[in-house]
Amino acid sequence: MSAIELRPTCKPADYKSEVHPIWCPGCGDYHVLMAFTRAFAQLGLAPENTVVVSGIGCSSRVPAYTTCYGFHGVHGRSLALATGLKVARPDLTVIVASGDGDGYSIGGNHFLHACRRNIDMTYVVMDNRVYGMTKGQPSPTTEPDFDTALSPGGTGLSPFHPLVIALASGANFVARAFSGAPNETASILVEAIRHPGFSFVEILSPCVTFRPDEREWKSLVHSAPVGVTHDPAKAARRIMTDDGFNIGILYSGDRRPYQPRMEGQNVDLADLEKDFEL
Amino acid sequence: MSKTPSERPITNIADLLALAHQIEADAVQRYTEFAEQMETHNNQELVKVFRDLARAEGIHAAEIRKMAGDVDLVAQAQRLGRWNKGDSPEEADLGAAHYMMTPWHALQLALVGEKQALAFFTSIVESAKDAKIKEMAAEFVEEEAEHVNLVYRLLRKYPQPADEWSEDDDPPIAQD
Amino acid sequence: MPEADSISIAILGSGGAGALTAGNFLLEAACAAGWHGLLTRTVGPQIRGGEAAALVRLASSPVECLAEHFDLLIGIDWLNAHRFGAEIETAPHSLVISDPRGGDLPPVVGRSGARVVEVPIKEMAKAIPGGRPNMIVLGIAAGLLGLAEDILTPVIEKRLAGKGAAAVEASRAGLKAGMAAVADLDLGRRLAPAEPVGNAKRWLVSGNETTGLGAIRGGVRFAAAYPITPASEILEWLAPNLPKVGGVLLQAEDELAAINMIIGASYGGTPALTATSGPGLSLMMEALGLATASEIPIVVIDVMRAGPSTGIPTKSEQADLNIAVYGFHGDAPHLVLAPQSVGDCLFTTQWGVHLAETLQVPAIVLSDQFTGQAVAAIDRPADIAFVGQRSTAVDFSGTYKRYAATAGGVSPMAIPGTRGGQYTADGLTHNERGDPTSSESDHRAQLDKRLAKLEQFAYGDHWATIEGDGELAVIAWGSLTGAAREAIQRVCRSGLDIRLLAPRLLLPVQPERFAGALAGVKRLLVVEQSHGAQFHRYLRAHYDLPADVRVLNRPGPLPIKPSEIEQAIMRWSS
Repeated sequence: MSAIELRPTCKPADYKSEVHPIWCPGCGDYHVLMAFTRAFAQLGLAPENTVVVSGIGCSSRVPAYTTCYGFHGVHGRSLALATGLKVARPDLTVIVASGDGDGYSIGGNHFLHACRRNIDMTYVVMDNRVYGMTKGQPSPTTEPDFDTALSPGGTGLSPFHPLVIALASGANFVARAFSGAPNETASILVEAIRHPGFSFVEILSPCVTFRPDEREWKSLVHSAPVGVTHDPAKAARRIMTDDGFNIGILYSGDRRPYQPRMEGQNVDLADLEKDFEL
Repeated sequence: MSKTPSERPITNIADLLALAHQIEADAVQRYTEFAEQMETHNNQELVKVFRDLARAEGIHAAEIRKMAGDVDLVAQAQRLGRWNKGDSPEEADLGAAHYMMTPWHALQLALVGEKQALAFFTSIVESAKDAKIKEMAAEFVEEEAEHVNLVYRLLRKYPQPADEWSEDDDPPIAQD
Repeated sequence: MPEADSISIAILGSGGAGALTAGNFLLEAACAAGWHGLLTRTVGPQIRGGEAAALVRLASSPVECLAEHFDLLIGIDWLNAHRFGAEIETAPHSLVISDPRGGDLPPVVGRSGARVVEVPIKEMAKAIPGGRPNMIVLGIAAGLLGLAEDILTPVIEKRLAGKGAAAVEASRAGLKAGMAAVADLDLGRRLAPAEPVGNAKRWLVSGNETTGLGAIRGGVRFAAAYPITPASEILEWLAPNLPKVGGVLLQAEDELAAINMIIGASYGGTPALTATSGPGLSLMMEALGLATASEIPIVVIDVMRAGPSTGIPTKSEQADLNIAVYGFHGDAPHLVLAPQSVGDCLFTTQWGVHLAETLQVPAIVLSDQFTGQAVAAIDRPADIAFVGQRSTAVDFSGTYKRYAATAGGVSPMAIPGTRGGQYTADGLTHNERGDPTSSESDHRAQLDKRLAKLEQFAYGDHWATIEGDGELAVIAWGSLTGAAREAIQRVCRSGLDIRLLAPRLLLPVQPERFAGALAGVKRLLVVEQSHGAQFHRYLRAHYDLPADVRVLNRPGPLPIKPSEIEQAIMRWSS
């Protein structure tokens, strides 16, 4: 892992706004925000050239807690909004923040296509395996026997593998991080943002209020036993056979990012009418 | 992810000061973060406790900066790039917070932090080859030991809370 | 031979017969020769091989709707043509050319008393190497209309050049054969000469195409596309043309993505647009609310089709008015506009972009299948000065307030990349700075702001088309404007004075101007293509109407013709 090179003029505090988060004390997202600010500082990003786009949910509150431009959109559509923004403004650094509900449930379809399009942006999903904001319903990554009000006794449904889905859909960079290690998470985010194309980082981020059992995550997470691979099939197999707590950069690819050029031709508007003329 | 100190030996005073400063500065930041969270969540007693802790660490940090003279300790620490994977020793775990936490809890967190810092400097004393570095590290060991003692004394004032300390009759509220 | 101001021709055939191509060539040739014209089509449900009819109206002055009957009906075959029903109605004076091996005449044609003449179209085509039935039909139509061969030939050569010299030759031969086959036949009327064209350039173009050009002229440089009948042609026209002017079109995975993409692009400073139909507009509702609340300009074209739900995708209706006006949850004032003709699609779309950008609000433009897919010869629309003019913030002394209270209600928007202007756009209710809030005063202040910015704006005379005078007024909108106008013209020939009011701006409502437009009107005839009379209810909800109101409303799929409106007026004027 490359040494951290902080540019002296950019401190993490520069990226944190004075808005106080509404997250419950103990929430993993506080660490994620810390990791964001450390990563931005390390990259020396200009806040005015960085946009954090989100949907709805606890994780999606992040944009206003940074000093960058932000968009707190509607539930599940942050990737679409970020896609339009990045294609229109390729000069901006676009970070998308989501959660397991916003990103994998209602946002599932857009997830597939964002990976497929491989537009240069970084997608961060704070996975706490529950719908936190709406008080504790199961999400697509919740264990089958987790008891909730909407699914007494558990859903009985297996969670899916978002990282494998990302690989199958064409994401160019796939990593798993843990909020409890904000410095390491920051390093992973730095690599993700630097990496061209669609970078997907899932951050395991415990929900202190609805999943107090996730406190044990800090003893369950561990570094991935092998280093990053550039073979998506290999990466997929590794992930499907891991315990869900392998931390690190798991896949790094070299697909060319999709970026249609918006400048270039500047034909006279009058030329567009030529085909209409009688 | 762990808080164990890095294995690389420290070979000069500036590095030692930089790391010591980083430990204190990170702790300031962390306790300030806690204080703000407590303020947002209307736990006034803990706002005071955390601000006091932050202030104390800030004083330590200032002392270390004074010792360093002209050296830019922040830049030095950045160059060293320690604690990439985990937190620096005194950085308390944000995950251990609770909106209804009591001063006893906060002090337990502080205790963990101070003990880790103590362990860090102790290991430097043991592993450093340079006499000057050993000496300075030993001074830091004494400092941190004093901090540990202080936290213990403060803890005498606050009894361990009852098991139901986090019980809240009101349910959580969905906001979005 | 008597002269007619307009002659209508319908060409029918199953897939492979090329009926639609024949209709297109006929229209193009006649209009290139100076006549005016309009073409629509009607098709069966199959993707290919289904029954199809080109419905052409040629006229000596501009026309914006079809006539009541077809003077000339040519059937390459009549397979499943009964499905077209009254869409291909003929009159006793009409002439029907029928291929004897094409199956049975549709009942509506048989009942009309029209003259039927058999011409072996398919056989004649087979006799020519590479011959095609539709070129025989083209010749038949040209011959009966009195269009000279040298009017048709350039069109054939231009349109078939890509298929090679042999194809062109075969088509010319087919044209000749068709003309020869009807040399002794008489249509009974001839098309009156066209009004002189003057120096104006003329276009042959569809409403969907002019919509696309209007968007680009207004400043749109980003479009997100999810295909849906009958809007896809807008997106297909924009796809190659946006890049020519430095823009881009991106296909989305669904309408939810499309609407959010254009919000993202617009937030980034690029005027953005998407086009859809009723079902897609339903999906886009939530995000339209987001754009309204976060004050981000976007334009959504809804090319209305018959509903509800999947409805009749290939047919027109005017029943998305409700959802366009009332579909947002919460109180969310926004813009709704409606173009009135193929040419007006350019103006109204361009104006819509301008208004959306100026007022930082979504604009829904209600086009419809009829106007969107009709091909018409129009005078080249004048260049108009409306270009998107978004108020952007560049000077930041102190804390930037994205949603600051201002005199006109529009607050300057910081575009990402501008230092000091960082803010988070939000669908959550916010204060002037953009921070989420639940305070009564902030909520009210922002609702007031967003309402005031629309209500205080001076929209000018474009808000409606107002023509004529009189105590009886006809009020219509969208594609029915043309039919209403034609009906009024006919009625006015008998000396009556009838007023026409067609609003182009449906939201925000314009009570004062409306009252002025209807000053002195005692009787109001509302004309609309909606089973639930959505337009009538909208008028009642927002405007004071005269005491005497009658409503002529019916759903699709058949367009309301001028004669229906004319009869309704005559019944009332006595």
